[in-house]
Amino acid sequence: MAVLHRITGTALGLMLAIIAFAAPVNAQQPTLKIDVTGGVVEPVPFAIPVFIAENPASAAIANNITRVIAEDLLSTGLFREIPKAAHISGVSNFNAPVQFADWRAINSQALIVGAVSSTNGRLTVKFRLWDVFAQAPMGDGVQLSGSPENWRRISHKVADAVYARLTGETGYFDSKIVFVSETGPKNDRRKRLAIMDHDGAGLAYLTSDEHLVLAPRFSPNNRDILYTSYESGVPRVYMMNVDTLQLRVFENLPGMGFAPRFSPDGGKIVLSISERGNTDIYTVDLSSGQRTRLTSGPSIDTAPSFSPDGQQIVFESDRGGSQQLYVMSANGGDAKRISFGNGRYATPVWSPRGDLIAFTKIVGGRFHIGVMRVDGTQERLLTASFIDEAPTWSPNGRVLLFFRVSSGANGAPQIYSVDITGRNMHMVPTPSFASDPAWSGLLK
Amino acid sequence: MTYLTKTAAIMALLATVACTDTTGGLFGGNGSDINGAGIGSIDEASLEYFQASIGSTVLFEVDQSSLSADTIATLNAQAVWLNTNSTVSILIEGHADEQGTREYNIALGSKRASSVRDYLVSQGVADSRISIVSYGKERPVAVCSNISCWSQNRRAVTIVNGGMGV
Repeated sequence: MAVLHRITGTALGLMLAIIAFAAPVNAQQPTLKIDVTGGVVEPVPFAIPVFIAENPASAAIANNITRVIAEDLLSTGLFREIPKAAHISGVSNFNAPVQFADWRAINSQALIVGAVSSTNGRLTVKFRLWDVFAQAPMGDGVQLSGSPENWRRISHKVADAVYARLTGETGYFDSKIVFVSETGPKNDRRKRLAIMDHDGAGLAYLTSDEHLVLAPRFSPNNRDILYTSYESGVPRVYMMNVDTLQLRVFENLPGMGFAPRFSPDGGKIVLSISERGNTDIYTVDLSSGQRTRLTSGPSIDTAPSFSPDGQQIVFESDRGGSQQLYVMSANGGDAKRISFGNGRYATPVWSPRGDLIAFTKIVGGRFHIGVMRVDGTQERLLTASFIDEAPTWSPNGRVLLFFRVSSGANGAPQIYSVDITGRNMHMVPTPSFASDPAWSGLLK
Repeated sequence: MTYLTKTAAIMALLATVACTDTTGGLFGGNGSDINGAGIGSIDEASLEYFQASIGSTVLFEVDQSSLSADTIATLNAQAVWLNTNSTVSILIEGHADEQGTREYNIALGSKRASSVRDYLVSQGVADSRISIVSYGKERPVAVCSNISCWSQNRRAVTIVNGGMGV
């Protein structure tokens, strides 16, 4: 079993080492491949026997790790777990030959076998993924280790690796969501920033609910967030380090500032500034503080979002008479309208893959989340409700989070998830009302 | 608190705030619980008078920031009062109903507040006495999800420095 290479180093100050080891020799070629772009309707069945506890101290954590990996995979809607009660073979030794016939008999197309050991404050998890019908390993075995309190991140990394091998896409489970947590009645709503793992675990609050806060956004390295706060009495843009909670205030910006986002290289922010009633788009260089105006004129220009290469910005404007989407150079100048359907278009967000733009559409008194190609063609609406608003992309550009508001006097927002195929829509549970989700990139 | 002592307290507060830097302390909102019900005669320089007899709130049509005839009548009366009580400063809040996206509604609320400010300035109120803020759809006064509530939420509220209005 040859150690091939070490994949990562530090993560959020915690050591997380990943080592790949080679597949057994003379293995068959796997044939299992799941298309996430639209072909899958029937979830692919998989089995994940509880990971082997290689010492008694790791039994409980092995159970938890196995459960989180399964939950990650199930949350995609692409997979279905064969219940453990149906398993014919047990797996008691990580290196024992797989009894493929036993797994084939219960129609488990993929099999995840893993082992956990916990010694001297170090948690080690290894796993192999098997294509049961081809009787072949899918990729090398992988060993991850870190401190025991990091067991959730290790689980998510295993699930990301499994997802990647089964779909050919990068995973998205080892990621964070920052959002606005809301409490109280509709006419006295309290809002505070909160952050949690992609599956809702590890929730922590980043601000108190003393001041209204809106629309947090991650930096490309996931360490900082931009958001809007009314702390000064008017909306202004703040930058917070997620680990230290240290704040940077953009003090010399005039008027009201809102709708900020980072550039893909993290060197600039783009935001809207409303001055004497007129809202335009500006960039601010984070090193020099230099401000550059990108739009002008009396229209409302807001909700800017960079393309992944940093060369262009998509934004919404009512310059043509109604809210529509436009693309301009990241330096400003002429803008090209890309939305032409009925209704109003808002909150465009460029996919991290660069291929699509997600948006909010308001038509016929209903709100929709949709996607279109970056030239505005092939528009598809994925959702519809009283209010569906503010999409944010998964790190791999295959899933969107947004918030849905129920109507009426008790109306309140919750975060929802939907695939860009329109399938697998579900609420993301949060302890209280929740809006304005922003998905981080994949953690390092 | 009796009416007289309440008025005295508010006038004292008004005098204090009017002398302070207008960049701070403007945004408390509902700090004073003012309810003029059953009051026979109100001091025309009082905040009660401004709110009850002139009106602090003006309404807007869907996705509009232009001023209706009713709005202009209210703002004319606000301007007269402000020109008489020339030491107070005001904050104009712009608001939108829930039927738009968040960022757009902040921009729309800003346009509404700015429309009111520009009109008051045109009526002789010094620009330096006026601050504006937009809350977009974040602070509805009416909570139902139909036109009867939305029409109340599409508003600009003139708050006399010292904490009045809603």
